[in-house]
Amino acid sequence: MSHKDTPPTQTAFNLKGSMLTIMVLQLHETNLAVISEQLRSKVAQAPGLFENTPLILDLSHLSDGQASLDWQALLDLFQAQGFLPIAYSGGSLHWRSQIQDLSLPWFNSPVQANKNATPTHIPAKIVQQPVRSGQQLVAEGDLIILSMVSPGAEVLAGGNIHVYGPLHGRALAGINGDEHARIFCQKLEAELVSVSGQYQIRDELDESWFGKAAQVYLEQDNLKIQSFGV
Amino acid sequence: MSTVIVVTSGKGGVGKTTTSAAFATALALRGHSTVVVDFDVGLRNLDLIMGCERRVVYDFINVINEEGNLNQALIKDKRVENLYILPASQTRDKSALTQVGVTRVMEALKERFEYIVCDSPAGIEHGAQMAMYFADVALIVTNPEVSSVRDSDRIIGMLASKTLRAEQSLDPVKEHLIISRYVPGRVNKGDMLSADDVQDILAIPLLGVVPESDAVLKASNEGVPVTFQEDSDAGQAYHDITARFVGEDRPQRFIQEQKGFFSRLFHHP
Repeated sequence: MSHKDTPPTQTAFNLKGSMLTIMVLQLHETNLAVISEQLRSKVAQAPGLFENTPLILDLSHLSDGQASLDWQALLDLFQAQGFLPIAYSGGSLHWRSQIQDLSLPWFNSPVQANKNATPTHIPAKIVQQPVRSGQQLVAEGDLIILSMVSPGAEVLAGGNIHVYGPLHGRALAGINGDEHARIFCQKLEAELVSVSGQYQIRDELDESWFGKAAQVYLEQDNLKIQSFGV
Repeated sequence: MSTVIVVTSGKGGVGKTTTSAAFATALALRGHSTVVVDFDVGLRNLDLIMGCERRVVYDFINVINEEGNLNQALIKDKRVENLYILPASQTRDKSALTQVGVTRVMEALKERFEYIVCDSPAGIEHGAQMAMYFADVALIVTNPEVSSVRDSDRIIGMLASKTLRAEQSLDPVKEHLIISRYVPGRVNKGDMLSADDVQDILAIPLLGVVPESDAVLKASNEGVPVTFQEDSDAGQAYHDITARFVGEDRPQRFIQEQKGFFSRLFHHP
């Protein structure tokens, strides 16, 4: 067989990590009859909705004291209603040893529903004094500097950086990957500016912004500098 | 109530020891009881500038190690009342400056003197940190060139974090800027940073400018602090600096180019 139809440089595949939204069923009961009845009434509310829906069984809510059940029968039950159980997660050693025979993949960490997690507000770090050469300031959220940042100083923030004096040193915003973070300064003379890992050094900075009030932000993975002023 | 003054810069060769000697001498000439302490252990120079190198028997490190007492180590200046020198050791290194030992010596000096002038070694390591640790006031000596200014910036940052005042959250160390080796003519030609440029970068108040002067070289070679050369520009600059330091109002005379004899003759009626 000849492979000459295939260009030699073409990549056959890419391996990528990715985040998927997937349905998780938290099991509270081990009585098959009860599960079966409740599942049937659930599906009846929206017929066809769960057709071919991949499902992960979360065992973390089961206690060891609960009665055992026929796992194969449970899986058949789900399949009969249109679900495709693809894996299970969580659960104590007691339950995991029972389900092992089904050759179903197991996720190490219990799946977090995360419904109760509210976005936490990180208060901004406010600095009054000049940031001197050799000093490094790190803020988890926003960083507000009322004075200058000297050459050789470095200021880093998970959020935005505001500098009200001249910015001579290095400023790195969005260090934890926040692509919406920005740098605002009254006098842009930085050695380096960076947003979410995209950076520009002094030599690459457009001279026309030099010494002016400007903001630095990301636009489609490109670092942009824009002046502002009153 | 005594005041501890550190003379520091970060960079070497900018005039720390010259300033320490001249400033301490000027304070003593004004009647303040003053001691000048050499923290540059292993590279002892202050005794040369002060012209007392032949009278060193015990030094700072001997006192720290309790091999001699403070009175044995202090050298009284022969030219001016109220002025003493505590020389460094030439044979040891900076690690001999133990925190406990330096604390004990500084406490003893505070009981005896109004002003304690600490001549810091160059760099930002242990020696420089010990010199600044007890400071109430810092004289930052800077030459009008970028590397010296940046190093001074670094030192000012350390004054805000590595001193006793910073550790105990007391009022911060009071900072004064001294720009030395200043040549107004070269500033006008754009070859040298101006006093304004340096102040813009460092953002601390300017105590004074010391012009580049042959008198400084002569002074250090002869072991006579430049303050004694009353007719020299550098000597006058240090007298002005000291006067401002103790609260007198003196105009800045050395930032502008000094008029030559002929231009003075023709331009001033």
